[in-house]
Amino acid sequence: MSDPISALNGARFDGLVQVTEMPPQGMITLRGDLASVAIKNAATGIAGVDMPGQRGVHCVGEKGICWMSPDELLVLCPYAEVGVALASMHKTLGKDHALAVDVSDARAVFQLQGAAVREVIAKLAPVDMDPAQFTPGEIRRTRLAQVPAAFWLREEGLVQVICFRSVAGYVFDLLTGAATPGGEVGVFAAG
Amino acid sequence: MLILTCPCCGIAAEETELHAGGEAHLKRFGPGSSDEDFEGYLFQRENAKGVHFERWRHSSGCGKWFHAARCTTTLEVFGTYPAQTTEPPQDIKDAITAKRPAPRWRDIA
Ligand SMILES: [Zn+2]
Repeated sequence: MSDPISALNGARFDGLVQVTEMPPQGMITLRGDLASVAIKNAATGIAGVDMPGQRGVHCVGEKGICWMSPDELLVLCPYAEVGVALASMHKTLGKDHALAVDVSDARAVFQLQGAAVREVIAKLAPVDMDPAQFTPGEIRRTRLAQVPAAFWLREEGLVQVICFRSVAGYVFDLLTGAATPGGEVGVFAAG
Repeated sequence: MLILTCPCCGIAAEETELHAGGEAHLKRFGPGSSDEDFEGYLFQRENAKGVHFERWRHSSGCGKWFHAARCTTTLEVFGTYPAQTTEPPQDIKDAITAKRPAPRWRDIA
């Protein structure tokens, strides 16, 4: 069996922030009525975290739940466990009208680390990255320049970015461009 | 820059995160309708100078469709509301009449 390889094979860049392409991450899209007990149980059973509210993200290590829309969650789990997780999800969902599908190989994940992460993201996304407006615990589905992406602050100074695997190269170039030394703006107090 | 608050996810999204979906509250006339009704459904659109009702999609965000009431001349936004309605809710109508004495838009308000 061959090993899974991420889109950019762990590309890294050191600039205003450190940009790292992360190893493959298990991701399951779960769609349905988020108020349904079966759907909540299917998500929390795999992720081992509480159900997030609107635009919330609860993430511990490689596991977590992201609120993507009023009828969609993104459930995170270790890449190697997706098959088992999906089977157990379908069991929990039973006859509920829902959709759960493995999207791990359709995605790329980046991590940005450093004091200037808010500024680097703010250069690329139409999002108010002011520390008073965007706080850890909130996931933002938006665009980075011309492609869809989602990101959240794992903690202050540490951003997780998810995008489609097919545009991983484009997004890496965007992030490294925005993080190139000499491009400091210093607009946010916290960096 | 136009900023609309998506009622589905609560984000105050700016224009580049949204996709315009044309005039709101169209009634579909399909097979079996009169030629006049079908033509009206396909081609006749309000071209409001002032209060206008539109469909928008939060395309780079939660992906959902919603409705918006705004002024095409000043870009003032009176409010946004769910897509699952055939006419503007009363609070949106009230917000408009509070600022525009006698808005005319098809047979609404
Ligand atoms: Zn939205």
